[in-house]
Amino acid sequence: MSASASHANAYANAVAAKRRQLWLGLLALAVCVFFAGHVAEISVNKFLDNIGNFGSYIERIFHLENGQWVLSDPKEWFWGWKKWLALMGETLLMAYVGTVLGAVGALLLCFLASKNITERHWLVFGTRRLLEFSRTVPEMVFALIFVAAFSLGPLPGILALAIHTAGALGKLFAEVVENIDMKPVDGVLASGGNWLQKVRFAVLPQVASNFASYALLRFEINVRGAAVLGFVGAGGIGQTLLEVIRKFYYADVSALLVLIIGTVMLIDTLTERVRHRLLGQERAA
Amino acid sequence: MNTSKPATASTRLFGKQWALKSRYAEHFQPFYRGHGVGLALLALALILFGYGIYSLDMTIARLVAGFGELGAMSLRMLPPSPGSWALTSSYVHAMVETLAIALLGTLMAAIVAFPLGFLAARNTTINRLVQFMARRSFDTLRGVDILIWALVWINVVGLGPFAGVLALFMSDLGSFGKLFSEAIEAADDKPVEGVMSTGGSSLAAMRFGILPQLLPVLLSQVLYAFESNTRSASIIGIVGAGGIGLILSEQIRTLELQQMSFVILLILATVSAIDYFCSRIRFAVIGARAR
Repeated sequence: MSASASHANAYANAVAAKRRQLWLGLLALAVCVFFAGHVAEISVNKFLDNIGNFGSYIERIFHLENGQWVLSDPKEWFWGWKKWLALMGETLLMAYVGTVLGAVGALLLCFLASKNITERHWLVFGTRRLLEFSRTVPEMVFALIFVAAFSLGPLPGILALAIHTAGALGKLFAEVVENIDMKPVDGVLASGGNWLQKVRFAVLPQVASNFASYALLRFEINVRGAAVLGFVGAGGIGQTLLEVIRKFYYADVSALLVLIIGTVMLIDTLTERVRHRLLGQERAA
Repeated sequence: MNTSKPATASTRLFGKQWALKSRYAEHFQPFYRGHGVGLALLALALILFGYGIYSLDMTIARLVAGFGELGAMSLRMLPPSPGSWALTSSYVHAMVETLAIALLGTLMAAIVAFPLGFLAARNTTINRLVQFMARRSFDTLRGVDILIWALVWINVVGLGPFAGVLALFMSDLGSFGKLFSEAIEAADDKPVEGVMSTGGSSLAAMRFGILPQLLPVLLSQVLYAFESNTRSASIIGIVGAGGIGLILSEQIRTLELQQMSFVILLILATVSAIDYFCSRIRFAVIGARAR
């Protein structure tokens, strides 16, 4: 009886300590939220006053200038489809070229960032910091800087995407490389292979399908990114989108959004299918 | 491999090679055999890449000129300098605003996405149609980039950080909804059965069967999102939705490069500090196991 009572006591104490911690954490969070709300000029009144505007904005972008529902006249809705499709194509191409450049960069750097492949620790450390830098700086910031250096157009956008991609993929690639089976590496080294042969014949066959899968995932992300790079003048459909939003061409806003979301979803589905096949191969091998 | 008998010196080379070739014929055929589809795809990818380079006007002249300019700009970025004390305090204020936007956007999205996640999970939803609609709505919310949401909300609530909070909220709602519902679907059924078998209601089953499994996962996802939102919140100022992005884009446009590099360093330092704190909290709440 006393044993079970002391157990119950201990349990109550443990739970009470946990509860106290939880409440303290919540209190700290509440203080932060209150302070943040003050700094970010949140006002519930303003929100309630304007929430109706959001609904009416959404409603308005789905109506043509003559007040008709957009689907009543799809031809009028997508009046600029030739120009817009060309811009969407440019956006996809930017994402593609940026991803390829970035993936190649990541491929070259990831082996230098893997402790099990590269013995010189300063090289591993340096490469890792370089990759970290290129993925921590947002690609929009790179795009802004590159627009100043390369002038307007898709070129600065591609370079911004490529640098960010190299940083993000380089990290993922290096993680894959650090998890490989080291026996093939030992085999190549034992038969007198040099560093390059080690990477080509012992490492690459183990990681290639994973690399391809990650690169496809990144392509998906870059399509989204490329669609807004135009906001800072770095090419693609974003410039036009920014214009129609700022100039209140309501129906055009929804047309462009539908085009972008549709394309992104299509790309997502396609790449997901390919990635499943790639990873399936990996498991079968 | 080593099953062949030791050969005499004269036959060693040819005999061995012949034996190997006949035994592993598939490894000795020319490379292009059996890789036809792969090589065709590779060629297609290369052609597309070449077309991209050509049609997007990536000429060598432009690249050389641009990288030259970039090099000159990088030199002018050094050393990073805030300019003056007044400017420094304005940077710090903008950075605090950025953090506030990230915190509020993430938290609001997490709170709203939590109940919606149950609707979008196969094992807890009301019916299939609701689940399907919820999933598609999340996909749509995520498909619109945060900068586009920022522009839309600026039209609704005006310029300023509030629009930024709402923009973060929208795009996070989409990703949390998806992540939460996936976490709910991955939850183990046995605790639920246990609660049910002792006579618990379905609400009790959710509270005592699913929630304890779920909370650590959700918390770690929210903390990750907070870190990446700090980064997003630092750029939405470019379109006027509050935070440090406005200062940054102004500095780049007016080519005040030393101050720009200072602000970029400030952003990087803040993001890595947030990263550090988030992983500390994650570690404290979840323990080393779930990391």
